[in-house]
Amino acid sequence: MHELALMAELRHLAEEAASREGASRIHRLQLRIGSLSGVDADALRSAFAVVMADREPGDGSGSIDTQGSTLELEVVRTVCFCADCQQEFAPSDVIHACPRCGALSTQVLRGRELELVALEVS
Amino acid sequence: MCGTCGCERPHRLIALQQSLLSRNNAQAEHNRAHFQHHGLLALNLLSAPGSGKTALLEQLARLWPQGPVGVIVGDLATDNDARRLQAAGAQALQIRTGDLCHLEAPQVAAAFEQLDITDMTLLVIENVGNLVCPTAFDLGEQLRLAVLSVTEGEDKPLKYPALFQSADAVVINKSDLADAVGFQRQEALANLRSIAPRARVFELSARTGSGLEPLVSWLCQHLPVAEPHGPHP
Ligand SMILES: Nc1nc2c(ncn2[C@@H]2O[C@H](COP(=O)(O)OP(=O)(O)OP(=O)(O)O)[C@@H](O)[C@H]2O)c(=O)[nH]1
Ligand SMILES: [Mg+2]
Ligand SMILES: [Zn+2]
Ligand SMILES: [Zn+2]
Repeated sequence: MHELALMAELRHLAEEAASREGASRIHRLQLRIGSLSGVDADALRSAFAVVMADREPGDGSGSIDTQGSTLELEVVRTVCFCADCQQEFAPSDVIHACPRCGALSTQVLRGRELELVALEVS
Repeated sequence: MCGTCGCERPHRLIALQQSLLSRNNAQAEHNRAHFQHHGLLALNLLSAPGSGKTALLEQLARLWPQGPVGVIVGDLATDNDARRLQAAGAQALQIRTGDLCHLEAPQVAAAFEQLDITDMTLLVIENVGNLVCPTAFDLGEQLRLAVLSVTEGEDKPLKYPALFQSADAVVINKSDLADAVGFQRQEALANLRSIAPRARVFELSARTGSGLEPLVSWLCQHLPVAEPHGPHP
């Protein structure tokens, strides 16, 4: 599993943004993960603790304090597009069959997200 | 003073909407432009451990009609795969990934620098044997090829849908063992089609070499038109 590596990347992006904005401390991070993104929410939370929340100031990279920060996870359900019906639908299982016409969709509109949405800083 | 953490300063929100994969994806786009510039068809080869990725590439290296085959192979610890591939005539380079469960675009870029690509038309990136982690990481490939072997069970595509959904083609390997293991071919094909309706399917044996020709022709059809005079990316 690569949740640790992803959280290290999260730290990098968050520190970069916080420095750019002249902040010195990160309090809260909002992350959006799609149900097809291949990451496990619990594993992400454990990795977040190691990389961010439990990290003492000055330990590791940068001058941004992330100790005690919290992670808010928003999980995005898969949404596909049916080319025959020209409509979006939320598949009920791993097979992306349109509930109206039964056609298999090859267009995933949402569900692959791995996004840092926002940061609360001071 | 702030109510939640007791600090003296006001909190503020920074809106970002930034993908955690953005650095990887930028490097992947760069790789893609690079491969294209050199007239290379780049393939990302994915499967569970032991499905036969290296065995398939050994065969491809022998059969490929246009120049040497380049292989960048990710492995946790050893360089066995690279040695097997070199013995089969490929230009193979091993990336030791340590405890990383997938390859990322910057590793591929660094390995690519060290590869002699004279007369090369096909570059295959053999990913780490893993059906989950490599899926999200674009390496700059033109095509994704997933391998499933008959010994793994007909429902693999249903258990690991994201990987099979992302594949342009799926190889069903070890067909020489199909009878011995009671492989339910129709069921496997139906599962695969329900998950990856657009993927091409090739049934073959990397051991005996039977069934490889259709894959070779399909790859040849995807060879890029080289732009020898274009700017270097
Ligand atoms: N019978 C049979 N055995 C095969 C076939 N393809 C591969 N094998 C065997 O399966 C084992 C694993 O094959 P590899 O080519 O090393 O598989 P891999 O996917 O590269 O494995 P990793 O790189 O470790 O993930 C080896 O013992 C191969 O000889 C096949 O078509 N038929
Ligand atoms: Mg291998
Ligand atoms: Zn992983
Ligand atoms: Zn429909």
